[in-house]
Amino acid sequence: MTCELVAIGASAGGVQALSHVLPMLAADYPRAIAIVVHVPPRRKNALVKLFSEKCRMRVKEAEDKEPLRPGTIYFAPPDYHLLVETDHTLALSTEEPVNHSRPAIDVLFETAADAFGPDVTGVIMTGANHDGASGLQAIAGRGGTALIQDPATAEMAAMPEAAAQACEGAQILTLDEIAAYLADMVEP
Amino acid sequence: MTGETVEELEIQLLLDALYRQYHYDFRHYARASIKRRLLQAQRHFGLDSISALQSAVLHDETMLPNLLNYLTVQVSEMFRDPSYYKSLREKVVPHLHTYPSLKVWVAGCSHGEELYSLAILFREEGLLDKTIFYATDINPAALKAAQAGIYPLDRIRQFTENHRLSGGHSSLSDYYSADYGRAVFDKSLRARTVFSDHSLVTDAAFAEMHLISCRNVLIYFDKELQERVIGLFAESLARRGFLGIGSKESLRFSSHADRFTEHAREDRIYRRKGR
Repeated sequence: MTCELVAIGASAGGVQALSHVLPMLAADYPRAIAIVVHVPPRRKNALVKLFSEKCRMRVKEAEDKEPLRPGTIYFAPPDYHLLVETDHTLALSTEEPVNHSRPAIDVLFETAADAFGPDVTGVIMTGANHDGASGLQAIAGRGGTALIQDPATAEMAAMPEAAAQACEGAQILTLDEIAAYLADMVEP
Repeated sequence: MTGETVEELEIQLLLDALYRQYHYDFRHYARASIKRRLLQAQRHFGLDSISALQSAVLHDETMLPNLLNYLTVQVSEMFRDPSYYKSLREKVVPHLHTYPSLKVWVAGCSHGEELYSLAILFREEGLLDKTIFYATDINPAALKAAQAGIYPLDRIRQFTENHRLSGGHSSLSDYYSADYGRAVFDKSLRARTVFSDHSLVTDAAFAEMHLISCRNVLIYFDKELQERVIGLFAESLARRGFLGIGSKESLRFSSHADRFTEHAREDRIYRRKGR
């Protein structure tokens, strides 16, 4: 039995939002965290280096067929979709962009909902498009937890607004509250 | 882990049916991606369930080509990951020059973007005239598209930029003519190419290759099938022959890893050991 999963999607303004939340989590955080940030396809993945320096958790680029481990943050590589398999390994794909994005948040969230059911928490942060809305709905529909950055506090409100509209049961939280929520989940 | 859902059961049954009825074997494809594509196909055909899709394709063979288009991923671009092609130029081509004739296999060639990239690179490097290319795929429609070598003109800007970054020392526009919004690639590029229906899942080695290029195909296979295919590549390579795979693929965890050396690590180019 592997650990539970936190899946996070962020777009424009996402690096700043993630910088607010991820460093709050302990090195021995008992869940795996998989993250899609919309980045230009032809850029080297700067996210891993950036967040390795800021975070206590282990940070790496997601690899195909890699088993999810607790205490680890996985970033989708540029120009690949990141998927979760039902045996709790990660998968990459070069399928066509979804919502004009590759990686797409919907692809991560929908496959994470299938693989983890109630054991996944989906988080939608700032962004200027609507990627992740239907994925978050899929997570909530399978009994998972849905969190959304309060659009009023987001650098770009469109993505959290679209998610809130698609997923009525989601909790709308500030970044501080999201960090506290994710950290608190670990307490008995 | 959650138990098998009805939908997962339906997917398994559909894949079994496709294999038993049509001998297309997707049973060991990475499941999360296959599921997404089957659901896309189900929506496209306006059906209520994967079971309905299974029934439809079993009773109506004419649906098969369309379903294959969903099941096989066909998104690529010419000179995708330019550094791979740059590495081929700098680290593989000098070795290829030492052979009197060459065989190159583009496995899972899809619409031919990788094939034409290699053919252009081989022409630039003075290798094309002594090379036979084998371009294989399981999808007849994709093979036909590869054979035609026609791409929407709006993709050419990206292809051109990639080609330049790959160290190309000619202009991509030397190799195609523009025609009603399409780029039609020069047929002399494929004059020495054999296009063939070949399944990495069920078919055997068919020639001794000096280079196999198979990029972003292995990621669609489960571990067991990856093992088979990497073994097949080892069997299909001449001693000291080269294997290029996708930038997020690796031989690292394969039981066949010790049959290869890493030739250009960052660009995932391997070399078959000489024994």
